[in-house]
Amino acid sequence: MNGEQPNLGKTFITGLWRENPVFRLLLGMCPTLAVTAAVKPALTMGLCVVFVLTCSNIVVSLMRNLLKPHLRILMFTLTIATFVTIADMLVKAYAPQMSATLGPYIPLIIVNCIIIGRAEACASKNGLITSILDALGMSLGFTFALCVLAVVRELLAAGTIFDISIMPQWFVPWAAMSMPVGAFITLGLILGLINSITKKA
Amino acid sequence: MDTVTTLILAFISVVLVNNLVLTKFLGICPYLGVSGRIDMAFGMGMAVTFVVTLSGTLTWLIDNLVLIPLNLEVTRYVCFILVIAGAVQLVEMYLRKFFPSLYESFGIFLPLITTNCAILGLCLFLNLWEIKNFATAVVLSFGAGIGFTLAICIMAGIRENLKLADVPKPLKGAPITLITAGIMTLAFMGFAGMIK
Repeated sequence: MNGEQPNLGKTFITGLWRENPVFRLLLGMCPTLAVTAAVKPALTMGLCVVFVLTCSNIVVSLMRNLLKPHLRILMFTLTIATFVTIADMLVKAYAPQMSATLGPYIPLIIVNCIIIGRAEACASKNGLITSILDALGMSLGFTFALCVLAVVRELLAAGTIFDISIMPQWFVPWAAMSMPVGAFITLGLILGLINSITKKA
Repeated sequence: MDTVTTLILAFISVVLVNNLVLTKFLGICPYLGVSGRIDMAFGMGMAVTFVVTLSGTLTWLIDNLVLIPLNLEVTRYVCFILVIAGAVQLVEMYLRKFFPSLYESFGIFLPLITTNCAILGLCLFLNLWEIKNFATAVVLSFGAGIGFTLAICIMAGIRENLKLADVPKPLKGAPITLITAGIMTLAFMGFAGMIK
């Protein structure tokens, strides 16, 4: 990471696919499974993570030279908690119904391993631009994974996407897909599919 | 209903009916990461039970005695995460001093408890469920830890046997673990509706 143009592009792309936090690194599993029963909450969750991760990476990158090693994790956590509080208040103010649907999963972004992981692995070692691109790549990769899972589950559970009916009349909704069992099994099968695709390539 | 019955019902409901791992998706990371061997899983479960009881009780007290009377709910998340980090640090120091062998075997997992969503999740649920009674809050915190231990130990038992099974190649590792977890949630759904 010496700050050249092609490397910056690569930093961004890495998070989207090669090191996709959900599909490849298996980080941030709790929100992945909990909010993907429908596409809308999944997208909201993804955008909150984009906001929090970008802001916290910026702050951590700016203060990386002032940090004492043993206080590092504490400072990361406090930074993240502050931005999560802001995100929570924004969602409550502009989308109160979505805030009720997501419930405690927005404050739980604080303990999402992706965010503290990126602060530790990238932002505390790299400059501002690299950190921002890394945050955007990782968080958009996370949003992408959430949406893939949510599209599959919402389509099979209710026959809709974004609450718009898609499936034909004779389709019988699988209620199980909106329940915890659907979340675990769909994610398991998607991971298996990705494994078999990348083995061939 | 007298107090003892309420407390027993609360305990059963948080261990079986509203199990944090299997119905609320909290604490999935250690649930998938540490469930390879049953003794490790049990140790992790015990550590989490201790921390969640301590921090659940403390955050309930702070929330109800300090933050709500002073209208400081905005700082709730920051306070909660500080209490949890402090509790984990305390457990770590205590174990290192009095049970060095146990401390060695936990290794990296001990500090990782801080970022276990089951703990912060439980603290937030105590607030969301509007628990107004101190004893109930303590019982629920303890029950959440026991529920986590139960889920992770069952999972470790299944995974030890899965090693001998003939799993299709692309599904080896994480995918089959997730599918197993899915089937387990089906089993736990049988408890739904048992209480209210």
